[in-house]
Amino acid sequence: MDFYQTDLSQLHADLKNKKISATELTKETFDHIKENEEQVKAFITLNEDAAMKKAAEIDQQGINDDQLTAGIPLAVKDNILTKGLKTTAASKMLENFNPVYDATVVEKLNNNGFINVGKTNLDEFAMGSSTENSAFFTTHNPWDLTRVPGGSSGGSAAAVAAGDVLGALGTDTGGSIRMPASFNGIVGMKPTYGRVSRWGIIAFGSSFDQVGWLTRTVKDNALLTQMISGSDEHDMTSSTKEVPNWAAQLNDDTNVKGLRIAVPKEYFEGINDDVQAVIKSALDHLESLGAIVDEVSLPHTKYGVPAYYILASSEASSNLQRYDGIRYGFRAKDVKNIEDVYVRSRTEGFGEEVKRRIMLGTFSLSAGFYDAYFNKAAKVRRLIAQDFDDVFKDHDVILGATGASTAFKIGAEIDDPQTMYMNDVLTVPVNMAGLPAMSVPAGFSSKNGMPVGLQIIGKPFDEQTIYNTAYVFEQTTDVHKKAPKLGGQN
Amino acid sequence: MASKITEQQVEHVAELAKLEFKDEELTKFTTQLGSIIDMFEDLTNVDTDGVEPMTSASDRENVMREDKAVKSSKEETDALLNNAPDTDDGYIKVPAIIDESEDGE
Repeated sequence: MDFYQTDLSQLHADLKNKKISATELTKETFDHIKENEEQVKAFITLNEDAAMKKAAEIDQQGINDDQLTAGIPLAVKDNILTKGLKTTAASKMLENFNPVYDATVVEKLNNNGFINVGKTNLDEFAMGSSTENSAFFTTHNPWDLTRVPGGSSGGSAAAVAAGDVLGALGTDTGGSIRMPASFNGIVGMKPTYGRVSRWGIIAFGSSFDQVGWLTRTVKDNALLTQMISGSDEHDMTSSTKEVPNWAAQLNDDTNVKGLRIAVPKEYFEGINDDVQAVIKSALDHLESLGAIVDEVSLPHTKYGVPAYYILASSEASSNLQRYDGIRYGFRAKDVKNIEDVYVRSRTEGFGEEVKRRIMLGTFSLSAGFYDAYFNKAAKVRRLIAQDFDDVFKDHDVILGATGASTAFKIGAEIDDPQTMYMNDVLTVPVNMAGLPAMSVPAGFSSKNGMPVGLQIIGKPFDEQTIYNTAYVFEQTTDVHKKAPKLGGQN
Repeated sequence: MASKITEQQVEHVAELAKLEFKDEELTKFTTQLGSIIDMFEDLTNVDTDGVEPMTSASDRENVMREDKAVKSSKEETDALLNNAPDTDDGYIKVPAIIDESEDGE
């Protein structure tokens, strides 16, 4: 099965009408994955036996109308807990960790009958922009195997782009869904903070983390995001707002006539020419369809990266204190006393980038530096959120590029953390403010043929306008129809 | 540009974070952290007088629940203990708090 030929609604209908069985579909999916894996390396763990068993069960039980994902193979990022299925966060620290419960998002999907094909690769503890920080291996971009898939949800993005699955769960703390979506020419949605429960997500920056989907089509994304959204008694930051049926509004009548699009001038500063060209032509296209495009200013944009790296690293340093080698996770050998267990287990169990973030966070929170760094950054965070509020007073969506560049070469930036962090300049402000935002394929670079993503940022809990805008763009262009040819020239 | 952080400070922060760096790592980390902290210094250009710090983007205020203990099944306890590096008879085993061979360091 190559999922470039179909979508979620079509597969659901085919399964219901027994045009294909869940068992056949799952078998074909694994055949396809195994064919690709040697080159792409998107998965840390394949869940084949359990998936085949589940598929047989679905075939026996039959599928109800509301079981949209029943019998449909999907993938899960490996920082999302799956009961009894190894969940590593791509860290040596959790190399043999077997969760004792499912994340709420996984539980919801299980109840709906989805087939979990496996756990996808990421940067260790979701810290990174390339999957090169995975403790195990680097995932390759299906469009050009010498390039990174982006990060941190790079395994999920590559699995979708390679046609392994229709959708894969990701998490987004500072761009970790949108950036890999952009690099792989697929759709990636970070819902509003609080829209989706974070229960069972391995915590990184708790006031930023959000779960979402990487998919090929906008409609599939809307359908799948609806399925995982809603309040959860286990996550007190999850919102009690009603979850709309976003996909119901995506049809031939959907349009962008009169849509007030804001384009921040700061989102074109320091952006590569090839990316700028694609974004400008995407904006022209939406304007030709009746949208009103205005240039605006988000004056604090350039402070987003430093403020984010202070705050997210501070939260990370606190969240990662739990990895002490005592109750679960890696414990160093030949330790003399309990202090040794802590220090040696953490020193040997964490990779370099994770240590760097822990150090930055600990430093920013430490006595004498708290006011100058943590507190200052938290104030800047409010100013960034206010910039968005001001623009949204008279605009419906904010548009710009997702990444300043297309996917870079493996190895190109790994030794230069500061350059790597600057990749997030267009994505982190959204997490600071807790807004929903999507990356949708906008076109291809004239320089290297790699995909370019258009970022669509919405008001809090207004995922609908984002989906509408993305849907219209997708349906009126051919960008999404192009698929990578693995190992060949694109 | 002179780094804002010294090797001594990095060592101190590492101690707080329960991490350890070998000499050459310490030098590398000090340089890298220094240049990132230089980038943090950009924030001093922002006027934040009278701005309230923002630490959450949640739309919810306080959420209360009943404080009630829930008993776990033996299966759950076993599954938890299976993740522990070292166990003995239902307990998690750790080395002695004070190492008897310790030399006072």
